[in-house]
Amino acid sequence: MPVQVGEKAEARQYGPLTTRMFVRYAGASGDFNPMHYDDTLARAAGYPSVFSQGMHSAALLASFAVDWLGAENVRRFAVRFREQVWPGDVLTCTGEITAISHSEGGLLATAELTAARQTGGIAVSASADFLFPSLALI
Amino acid sequence: MSTPVGTRGTEYEMVVERGKIAEFAAAMQSQNPAYAGPGAIVPPTFLMSSSLWAPEGAAVDVGFDRRRLLHGEQEFIFHGPLPRAGQVLKVREQLVDRYEKPGRRGGMMRFAVVVTEYRDEDGTLVAEARKTLIETAPRGGAS
Repeated sequence: MPVQVGEKAEARQYGPLTTRMFVRYAGASGDFNPMHYDDTLARAAGYPSVFSQGMHSAALLASFAVDWLGAENVRRFAVRFREQVWPGDVLTCTGEITAISHSEGGLLATAELTAARQTGGIAVSASADFLFPSLALI
Repeated sequence: MSTPVGTRGTEYEMVVERGKIAEFAAAMQSQNPAYAGPGAIVPPTFLMSSSLWAPEGAAVDVGFDRRRLLHGEQEFIFHGPLPRAGQVLKVREQLVDRYEKPGRRGGMMRFAVVVTEYRDEDGTLVAEARKTLIETAPRGGAS
């Protein structure tokens, strides 16, 4: 298990993202803000097109994070929204373990994660804690 | 309007469903086996979907101008093993903090922090969602 400070995840890409993916996230989450699927309304509001829900990009970054450090282990997942994400964008997710501490239930690893657009701009960044219970015995 | 810190929404029940978890996992492009089957656990950001179960009055209206409203940050905290399919959670929102900062182009930006608590059948706090909302400064720098 990659639980050393400085340990990096293998980068993973999501996309090109499509309006269909935004619609799927709208249904799954219940966020039906039309700016994410109604192009006519989005243009009327001054946007070049529909754009992704910030929480959709956050969910993709979470998907990346749990495949790396374990779905059962997550204890905190905090995201910050930075740049908007558009149809056709490709998000590249990266992550690194930045701290490890001993907690009551085992070893707590803190990871810093980012989802970057093809432009290099950060769409969302996250800080997450994962608990590794069995390692308490070492 | 300035909603006071401490304001709570109406408590409601959220049923954690296997089908909803599968739907959410598909939307996050996940094939992780932890999100499949009868013992499926919730993905890190899944509790966003609790609004599906929310009755009128469950959401705390912080009183910000919707045209200047931004979702700045979102945090999920799990106090133990993740909620799983079949559990019924009691959910309640509370406004826990408000503050202001000068905007980059003058005027004041307003911040509000809303925490949603998720309790299990025994009343134990199992998860929290912490949302930071931002109202950008009015145009022209007037506050």
